[in-house]
Amino acid sequence: MTCSEFLAELGDLLDDRVATSLRSDLEMHLKGCEHCVITLNTTRKTIEIYRRHEIYELPEGLRERLHAAILAKCKKGCE
Amino acid sequence: MSAIQTTRSEEVHPDVLLVERARGGDVEAFEQLVKQYDRRIFRIAQHITQNREDAEDVVQDAFLKAYEKLEQFQGNSKFYTWLVRIAVNESLMRLRKRRTGRMVSIDEDIETEEGSMPRDLAEWRPDPEMMYGQSELAEILRKTVQGLPPGFRVVFVLRDVEGLSTEETAEALGLSVPAVKSRLLRARLQLRERLSRYFRKKDGDGGK
Repeated sequence: MTCSEFLAELGDLLDDRVATSLRSDLEMHLKGCEHCVITLNTTRKTIEIYRRHEIYELPEGLRERLHAAILAKCKKGCE
Repeated sequence: MSAIQTTRSEEVHPDVLLVERARGGDVEAFEQLVKQYDRRIFRIAQHITQNREDAEDVVQDAFLKAYEKLEQFQGNSKFYTWLVRIAVNESLMRLRKRRTGRMVSIDEDIETEEGSMPRDLAEWRPDPEMMYGQSELAEILRKTVQGLPPGFRVVFVLRDVEGLSTEETAEALGLSVPAVKSRLLRARLQLRERLSRYFRKKDGDGGK
């Protein structure tokens, strides 16, 4: 397996969607290719870091404004 | 006698019950849906529009539109996926307004080779996030993800940040599953490449 072939499967490997037969080929490639090991580990880390950190927080007051807007839309009898 | 029995063992998603109540005029049920998803919808809108005011408007417009169109919600997709689709469309509309004359589409072909082949092959430090303070790290992550083409960014955000499945992401964006998978991989690799500048091991790290 070449590095390009490994990369083509990287997405499925990260998502744990690789068939068992292919998985052993990928693992075999990783045993002999330090570059692909680094690519796999750092890409996994990239996803984890973005999942762990909330980089945009809900602005203050937005929920209240939304509440008021929904009530205004609400037909009579809702309240 | 036939041994085949019709069973109704499929669990009904709690959102479906809330939608049904909201359709019947129970505004509190709809507000519960709002509280569940406003944070996530805001993040998606902010990632696409990259403008806080626009993102706030998108959240309001998306929920109001969903409220008005509740009757059209079929229930064959999740309420959240349906809501995301509305929010993505609203976000793209806002983006187009700001960038008049510039085509903004998540469907357009993305002509970049960046990220298709990893170039920075340095190892990262074991706890790369510890190298930066919270606000500095958030700024790095914001800046890095903002640098992606919109069509890559939205796929990465829905799939990896907000946790939609590949199929749900495809449905929400009106893309094919292979298109989502291909964009997701390119987005992940581009982000990895760019974050490497901040997180890679330095010469003095002692080879740990």
